[in-house]
Amino acid sequence: MSTSSPNNPRSASRVPLVAAAAAGLVGLAIVFAFFVAPEDADQGISQRIFYFHVPIALTAYACFGWGALKALLLLWRKEERYDLESYVAVHQGTIFGALTLLTGSIWAKASWGHWWLWEEDQLVLFLVLFLFYSAYFMLRFSIEEGPRRANISAVYALFGVVLVPVSFLAIRLAENVIHPTVFTREGPQMTGTMFLTFCIAWLAMSVLAYALYRVELLGKRLDANLRELREALTS
Amino acid sequence: MSYAADVVALARKDLRLELRARDTLPAMALFVVSTLVVFHFALPAGADELAAQGLLWVALVFTALLGLARAWAPERESGALEGLVLAPCDRSAIWLGKALSVLVFLTAIEVVALPAFAQFFSPVGWETVAGVALANIGICTVGTLLAAMAAASRTRELVLPLLFLPLAIPLVVGGVGASVSEEPGRFLAFLGLYDALFAILCWASFEYVVSE
Amino acid sequence: MSAGEKYVAAAYGVVFVAVLVYVAIIAAKLARLERETAELAELARRRDAGG
Repeated sequence: MSTSSPNNPRSASRVPLVAAAAAGLVGLAIVFAFFVAPEDADQGISQRIFYFHVPIALTAYACFGWGALKALLLLWRKEERYDLESYVAVHQGTIFGALTLLTGSIWAKASWGHWWLWEEDQLVLFLVLFLFYSAYFMLRFSIEEGPRRANISAVYALFGVVLVPVSFLAIRLAENVIHPTVFTREGPQMTGTMFLTFCIAWLAMSVLAYALYRVELLGKRLDANLRELREALTS
Repeated sequence: MSYAADVVALARKDLRLELRARDTLPAMALFVVSTLVVFHFALPAGADELAAQGLLWVALVFTALLGLARAWAPERESGALEGLVLAPCDRSAIWLGKALSVLVFLTAIEVVALPAFAQFFSPVGWETVAGVALANIGICTVGTLLAAMAAASRTRELVLPLLFLPLAIPLVVGGVGASVSEEPGRFLAFLGLYDALFAILCWASFEYVVSE
Repeated sequence: MSAGEKYVAAAYGVVFVAVLVYVAIIAAKLARLERETAELAELARRRDAGG
């Protein structure tokens, strides 16, 4: 039973192209973030962290969404390959989520002097999501491989995307009642060049995530094919 | 048999089992009261009333976890879950019946816990009761499904809290907000939204959790 | 470097290091795959010789 429908040479050969595109875009984003975009009057140089932090966060959401989409396809069409694709997407999302927390924490320290701010809705949301998706891996690796594991992982991934807006709402509601807002933050008001830089960085992070996703999928499919080969040779 | 009849039959079976065995309910009741006592000693002197309100929700969530860990135990121990899944009833009825029985257990425990809390800490207003009632639905619907997932896992007692707590966070926000804020209505509405969304999701996806 | 600059460098550095760690993990995986395919090639050779 092959776990790969796109297991064809053409699809695999596109991966280096995607990776090269990611490298180019990330380089471009760095150039723009440091040399083209003007310095923010209020926040100074630490505002430049946003050019990576926010796109990474958005990319993490996209990865979780992609994972949920593949999960839905698995439950609906029941093709095995969707399980692997969903898992790899969730994996990438978790990595980017962790990066969001790290870069966000550094930004918080740079701006407010604290490594963690409960007032920062986005950071708190990502913390909850990070906990949720970390549990995904605990769950997945404690169940034996097979259709049951694929189904359960898929349902859990779907729960994740419903959790995102619900948690966001909860954190918003909690803001003034449970934790009074001591620090107020004005989101960066972006001028034209700043916005362009932001868009380039966003595109760069998205393509980077996609490249990593394809690379990881390639690796996992390679594993599966080798296992089949081994079984064929030793039987 | 109709869907509703299936659900009621399944829930009644669980309730009857518990009435006969009487192992889960007393344990949960003792647990919640012990937890409240621990909280009394954990709160430093001069901690305000509001902190205690929050702790009520911690106690409820962890007591619920205790109950949920045992929710599918009768089916697991007798191998009955496979039988139920093969039965001609809608698989989501299995979930709904189980969630209903867990709801009854949890409510029974809260009949003990809320007065105990009122005695140990501070009086419990109607907003708290409403919050607890709404949160119960969320806990039972989501918790029952997650417990079924955990049942398929090797490390089930370990993984259930990990699965449940992130999803319980919005419920805690809603509940504490309802108890503490000046606008309990918003938080209660939020709890209602959570309940509706996740109940639908659980109802639609349970069959995939138990089938191959 | 001012404090602000240090934090910006740290933030971008974290992302850079994360990608490099990924490369290292893939390198380890490649090494393992190379070993496995060598093993399988050996198995295939033996099979051919025997059959």
